[in-house]
Amino acid sequence: MTGKPRSFQDIILALQAYWARQGCAVLQPYDMEVGAGTFHPATTLRSLGPNPWAAAYVQPSRRPTDGRYGDSPNRLQHYYQFQVLIKPSPPDLQALYLGSLEAIGIDMALHDIRFVEDDWESPTLGAWGLGWEVWCDGMEVSQFTYFQQVGGHDCRPVSGELTYGLERLAMYVLGMDHVMEMPFNDPQTPMPLTYGDVFRQAEREYARWNFDVADTPTLLRHFEDAEAECARILEQPATDPRTGRQIVMAQPAYDQCIKASHLFNLLDARGVISVTERQAYIGRVRALAKACADAFLLTEAGGGAPEAAAAS
Amino acid sequence: MPDLLIELLSEEIPARMQRRAAEDLKSLVTNGLVEAGLTYAGAAAFSTPRRLALSVEGLTASSPDTREERKGPRVGAPDKAVEGFARGAGVEVSALEKRDAGKGEVYFAVIAHKGRPADAIVAEVLERAIRDFPWPKSMRWGTGDLRWVRPLHGILCILTDEAGPRIVPMEIGGLAAGAGTIGHRFMGNEAFSVSSFEDYEAKLKRAHVILRPEERAETIQHDAQTRAFAQGLELVEDRGLLDEVSGLVEWPVVLMGEIGEEFLHLPPEVLQTSMKEHQKFFSVKDRQGRISRFVTVANIDTPDDGATILAGNGRVLAARLADARFFWDNDLRKVKAGGMEALGEGLEAVTFQSQLGSQADRVGRIAALARSIAPQVGAEADEAEQAARIAKVDLRSEMVGEFPELQGLMGRYYAAEAGLPAAVAQAAEEHYRPLGPSDAVPEAPVSIAVALADKLDTLAGFWAIDEKPTGSKDPFALRRAALGVIRLVLANGLRLPLLPHLAYTGLRATEEGEVAAAHDAVVEAQQGTQAQPDAAADLLGFFHDRLKVHLKGEGLRHDVIDAAAAMPGSDDLWLLVARAQALAGVLKTDDGENLLQGFRRANNILTQAETQDGVEYAFGADRKFIEDPAETVLFDALDAAQPKIDEAMGREDFAGAMAAMAGLRGPIDGFFEAVQVNSENQILRRNRLNLLSRIRTLCLSVADLTRLEG
Repeated sequence: MTGKPRSFQDIILALQAYWARQGCAVLQPYDMEVGAGTFHPATTLRSLGPNPWAAAYVQPSRRPTDGRYGDSPNRLQHYYQFQVLIKPSPPDLQALYLGSLEAIGIDMALHDIRFVEDDWESPTLGAWGLGWEVWCDGMEVSQFTYFQQVGGHDCRPVSGELTYGLERLAMYVLGMDHVMEMPFNDPQTPMPLTYGDVFRQAEREYARWNFDVADTPTLLRHFEDAEAECARILEQPATDPRTGRQIVMAQPAYDQCIKASHLFNLLDARGVISVTERQAYIGRVRALAKACADAFLLTEAGGGAPEAAAAS
Repeated sequence: MPDLLIELLSEEIPARMQRRAAEDLKSLVTNGLVEAGLTYAGAAAFSTPRRLALSVEGLTASSPDTREERKGPRVGAPDKAVEGFARGAGVEVSALEKRDAGKGEVYFAVIAHKGRPADAIVAEVLERAIRDFPWPKSMRWGTGDLRWVRPLHGILCILTDEAGPRIVPMEIGGLAAGAGTIGHRFMGNEAFSVSSFEDYEAKLKRAHVILRPEERAETIQHDAQTRAFAQGLELVEDRGLLDEVSGLVEWPVVLMGEIGEEFLHLPPEVLQTSMKEHQKFFSVKDRQGRISRFVTVANIDTPDDGATILAGNGRVLAARLADARFFWDNDLRKVKAGGMEALGEGLEAVTFQSQLGSQADRVGRIAALARSIAPQVGAEADEAEQAARIAKVDLRSEMVGEFPELQGLMGRYYAAEAGLPAAVAQAAEEHYRPLGPSDAVPEAPVSIAVALADKLDTLAGFWAIDEKPTGSKDPFALRRAALGVIRLVLANGLRLPLLPHLAYTGLRATEEGEVAAAHDAVVEAQQGTQAQPDAAADLLGFFHDRLKVHLKGEGLRHDVIDAAAAMPGSDDLWLLVARAQALAGVLKTDDGENLLQGFRRANNILTQAETQDGVEYAFGADRKFIEDPAETVLFDALDAAQPKIDEAMGREDFAGAMAAMAGLRGPIDGFFEAVQVNSENQILRRNRLNLLSRIRTLCLSVADLTRLEG
């Protein structure tokens, strides 16, 4: 991209190029339904353990309760987050972050950038951190968090996490008032597409399904299946009978945790979870997340010693 | 006498923590310096979003030499003990002194401590202050173990004397102290070094950082007022917001923008809440008192004089207000089509508390209660019930869903739009009050009725299911509810016996067919948990405890309140307080104080005799057994006081009754001086005990003096 971004995808491309230059591995979205970029194993699991890590990626995120049939100027049940995770958090992370804003055409001399207190907590992931929401001219454009705990484990070293709400950020940079009118690709091309051209139809369909049609007994059953499968995976002995190798299956188990979390969100959107039940469901997902975090720490990627773990 | 300057530079510190943190830095460092033997002339602490700074003037250059004397074993003790003592004290055995300490000679060690230079002490004290800093929440970062509110980037620590500045050598978490810092993140990001506090403050300002929070606040206040005034407008003052905003910027730049015409019809509170809570904007009123502009405070001077920033902020605000207008229009449409009932649809689906049913169930109970309270507070019963029925409706409105802090207020707007009487609409807003000890108490009768009903239902309900506050845990804010009732009663001079309203009203509402099947479950649960019949009495006790806390501020002793609370009618809080105040008044007088002594003496003798004899002396004394003139005087005094006290009590004139009671002091004292109650003559003894009984009965008819302490 040269000059000011002209489309939604220009912003994504610019962020990817910028963070690639800063040494991040530019990953692709995780191939499962998640509520936020944090759920990608490249963040949740990789923020655990001693091994260094630096990754950036786009993650489609789903929040069924935010569906507005494609009518709302800024609320969507499916949207994109851009996520950066660097471990250990570098001392100049704030400066690096500001550089990324410049990379998408925000001129630091003209705008008012502010770091406003915002502590982050994810009860379903058993995670929390301290940081800010970043304001540009009064608009929240990112979340900036130093992870302190994930899956109930202290983060050592600490990861720095940046999350950009892409639609909102892009609307601001491109000067759009309604998300559906935002150019998705270059508006000068022979086949210009708006965000609405790409997503309006799907937003409508999912809003209807999320709110009124999704079969709640099925969702409940799937929730329980995912929960059971997660536990079953983690119960397996570390030694794989086929290969004789030490293979703790943290990520397949974590997939089931992600599934359970998303199913819970769907049930919530269907309005079948009461206030008291809500806490219980969150607790069940958190228990899965913690078990997966425990397992990840036993793997090589998690800095564990699989042989020792097997011996114990 | 060197001066000390410290700056701790970090990533952005939450605004709400900055001022406290500056004070904590000051006290941790100055206390540490003083404990280590240094003194100083003055100290001041400062904060900005990225730094805490401390200036200490006139510090002593070193701590004084000191001598410590330690007493050891007696002379002649085993060598090992003496050697051990000397080693412990760090001196040679030969240097020990022998002194006679009264019981023979004892070894003394005299240890000389050399004074230490301020540099070493400062380094130690600052390191400890950083490690022990009382942040409400702190964090680690990178690979380090140091905790700070956000990553710590720099430590400036210098001592400046005639010879110039010198760095205090210290290191913590890989950061070494230096003499430099940096300025504003975007307008002064180059490093510079400083030689003194004055130099530091001046150079910071050149680098676009105003060090003093109050200076930033003044700048904001002044510039905002000036800008508003220049347009013939007026800034809406907001001290809390001003403090917060001055903690969000190092270089305040005030910008004023317009609120779109299409939003100006929204209730001013909606505009203000939306602007303040979400955007930290100040509101600006026009001549008609309409909020028409906003003031935002940026942290940067820009070449376009803030035009881009203002445009951006305006767009964010417009998006927020578009949401608010959408909610407002939707709510109004419902109200206009189907009244408050239409807006409140679905309240039965909102759980208030699992054992106490839904919000709709609760509304039914409050309506019945408000109706029965109404005549006692001067409200129209129908209006009170109507107000109670619509008071919670706004909980279902979209506006309150988005802005929960507007609950009540939106109810008033919607009730007015629905064409309900003004008193009803007003009650919708006011029935949550008083919210805190400083919140105003409703004065309109309908508001009072609903406010009382709301709180009494909450208290009675949670008492019925045995969910009372314990220790610091009060998740349902029941203490606040009880205090609210107390303030409503006292401020409005209400004569409202509470006991009839303290029994859980869920049962009553069911009997009256007000509330349907949802209640059956509640009633069952209640019977299951054997809701004690004395729950109401227990709850009344809770009110009395809260009353003690409340009246402590007015200097009313808790035992005086106990003495009043033990009397009949103690669920009439106004009466209880009047009695307690009168009692406190009379106890301050000489007569009152002495009467209390006389009462106690009478009561003690009588109680002892009654225990011993196993009878109650309450037959009335007879004048024919009088032996001493003092007895006649007491008889006369009691005969005269009795009707006065009865009459005053009949008028609830407690001061009058107590004055009459205090008048008995002389005759009682005289009686005890002249007469031996426990006479050998059993007839005389019984008569005198019966006379004492009259004193006791008369005094106890005014207040339970046995509850008084001291």
